[in-house]
Amino acid sequence: MKVKNGIKKENENLVGYLLLSPWLLGFMIMYVTPMFLSIYYSFTSYNLLSPPQWTGLDNYQRMFQDESFWQSLKVTFFYVFVMVPLRLFFALLVAMLLNSKRKFLGVYRTLFYIPSIVGSSVAVSIVWKQLFGNDGVAMTLLAIMGIPQDVSFIGNPSTAIWTIIALGVWQFGSSMLIFLAALKQIPNSLYESSSIDGANSWVNFTRITIPMLTPVIFFNLILQSINGFRVFTEGFIITEGGPMDSTLFYVLNLYRRAFTYFEMGYSSAMAWVLVSIIGLFTFIVFKTQNSWVYYESKGGGK
Amino acid sequence: MIDTTIDKRTKPKEISKLKKKRNRKKIISSLTFHIAALVIGVIMIYPLLWALASSFKDNATMFTNAYSLIPETWAIVENYVSGWDGISGYSFGRFMLNSLIVAGAGTIGGVFSSVMAAYALSRVNFKFSGFWFMCVMVTLMIPNEVMVVPQYIILRWLGLIDSLPALMAPWIFGHAFFIFLMVQFIRGLPISLDEAAKMDGAGKLGIFFKIILPLVAPAIVTSTIFCFYWIWQDFFQPLIFISSPEWFTVSLALNLYLDPNSYSNYGGLFAMSTLSLIPVIGVFLLFQRYLVEGIATSGVKG
Repeated sequence: MKVKNGIKKENENLVGYLLLSPWLLGFMIMYVTPMFLSIYYSFTSYNLLSPPQWTGLDNYQRMFQDESFWQSLKVTFFYVFVMVPLRLFFALLVAMLLNSKRKFLGVYRTLFYIPSIVGSSVAVSIVWKQLFGNDGVAMTLLAIMGIPQDVSFIGNPSTAIWTIIALGVWQFGSSMLIFLAALKQIPNSLYESSSIDGANSWVNFTRITIPMLTPVIFFNLILQSINGFRVFTEGFIITEGGPMDSTLFYVLNLYRRAFTYFEMGYSSAMAWVLVSIIGLFTFIVFKTQNSWVYYESKGGGK
Repeated sequence: MIDTTIDKRTKPKEISKLKKKRNRKKIISSLTFHIAALVIGVIMIYPLLWALASSFKDNATMFTNAYSLIPETWAIVENYVSGWDGISGYSFGRFMLNSLIVAGAGTIGGVFSSVMAAYALSRVNFKFSGFWFMCVMVTLMIPNEVMVVPQYIILRWLGLIDSLPALMAPWIFGHAFFIFLMVQFIRGLPISLDEAAKMDGAGKLGIFFKIILPLVAPAIVTSTIFCFYWIWQDFFQPLIFISSPEWFTVSLALNLYLDPNSYSNYGGLFAMSTLSLIPVIGVFLLFQRYLVEGIATSGVKG
C-alpha cells in the first residue's frame, strides 16, 4: 500500500496556467489587443493605408450628426423590440401546446425546432429573399387571392423589415425548448391545490404558470435581445439594407463604414457605442427583474 | 382537471355514458391539438421544403406558380451539376472543403481548449483563477461583431488575412460560451471523485484525463455540435477576413451566387443552398437527443 504522505505536492499554478494557456493566448490576440486597439482607433481617423491620425472625440461627435447612424439605431431597436417579444410569445404558446401527453410530440418538437438551427445561415436568407421578393411565393399567393401587389414585400420600405422580423420569429424553436423544460419543472401539486380552491385554467395560467416561468422568460429576454442587436446576415442578404435604409441594421452600417468606406476609426467608435447600448440595455433589464421576476428561494435575485 | 369524474356510487349505466362522453371529449381535444400542431409544423417547414422543391425546378418555370412544391418541369440533375460547377474557376466542392476544414479544426481545437480551460477554472487552485473566470464572462457579453475591425487589422499584421487560419483564429483557442457551459457542468460533479483519484496518486492532469474528461462527455457533445453549426453558418467573419474565391466558405460562395452580375442560375443557387443545409440538418437528426437536453439545461441559442 502506498504511503499517504507520498502524494506529491504538485505545482497547481503551473498546471492551471498550462491548461488555460490556449484560451489565454486567444484571449490576448483576439480580445485584449483588439480591445485596446479599438479604443485607440475610435479616437483617430484611419483608412488602413496611411497611419491613424489622432482626432480626439471627432468620431463620437460626428455620430450625432450622422443620419445613417440614427437610422440604423432606430431600425435595430425596432427589430429587437418587436422581434424578441413576438418570438418569446410564440415560443411560450407552442411550448404550452406541446406540454401534454400526446402522440407524435417528439416529431412536432423536432419540426418546430429545425428552423432555429438553420435560421442564421446564408441559405435560409436566400430562401427568404425569394419567398418575399419579386415573383416570390408571397406575391403569387396574394395575386391569386385577388390582391395583387405592385411592389414586393422586400421592395417596399414599410414592409421590408417585417419580412426580417418574420424570419426571426420563425426561429422560436430554441426558446420553445427552454420553456418546455421549464414547464415540466413546475410541480403538479401547485395546480392540484389551486384546482381544489376552484381556480380555472386561465387563473392557473396567470397565477402559477407565468410567475413560475418568469426566471426563464427573463433569461431568454436578455439572451435573445443581445443576439437581436447583432442582426446582420439577414439585412445584408435579403434586403441589402434597403429600401431607403429601412433595414440598415447597426452592424450592417458598421460593416459598411469599415469595409466599404474604410473608415476604421469611425466604425470603431460605432462599435463602442453598440457595446454601451447592449450593456445599458442589459443593466436596465436586470434592474427591473425585482419587480417582475419571481424566484422561489426568498433570498431575492440569483 | 377533468370534471366528469367517475364516482364509486355511480350506477353502471351512467358509468358507460360518462365514459363515452369523456372519450368524445378526449378525441375532440386530441384532434384540435394535432390540427393546430400540423398547421404550425407546415408553416415551420414550408420554407425549407420550398427550397428543396425549387432546387428541382427548371430555371424557365421556376417562378410560375412559385408557391408550388411540385416542379412543373424537373431539372434535378441540371441544377445540382450546374451549381456544383461553381464560380470563378472553383467548384462548389472546393467551398465545401474550405468550410469543412475551418469548421473541423475550429470545432476540435475550440472544444478541447474550452474543456481544458473549464477544468482549470473549476478544479485547479492557481493564482488569479477568479480573475480569469471573470474575463471569460466579460467576453461572453461582448458581441464579436464589435471586435471584428481590430481583429481584421491584427490578422493583417500577422499575414493571415485571406487564408483559412484567419477563419479558425476566432474559434480554435476556445470560446467563452463553451467554457461557461463546461465549468457549470464540472462544478456539478462530486469532488470526492477527484479526491479518490488523488489518493491513488493521480495529479491534476491525471484527474483531468482519467476522471473528468469522460464525465464531461455530454457537455462536450453539445458544445461540439453547436460549435460546428456556428462556424459552418458563420457569414460575418468570412465576409471580412476572406477575399479570394480560392478560400471562400460555403456562406461566401452562396452570397456570390446571389449576385446577379456574376451568376444568374436560380436552380443552381437553390441546389447549393439545399446542399449547404444538409450537414446541419443531418447532424441534428443524428444527435437530436443530446441537443434537446443541452438546450433545455443550458439555453444555447441554435
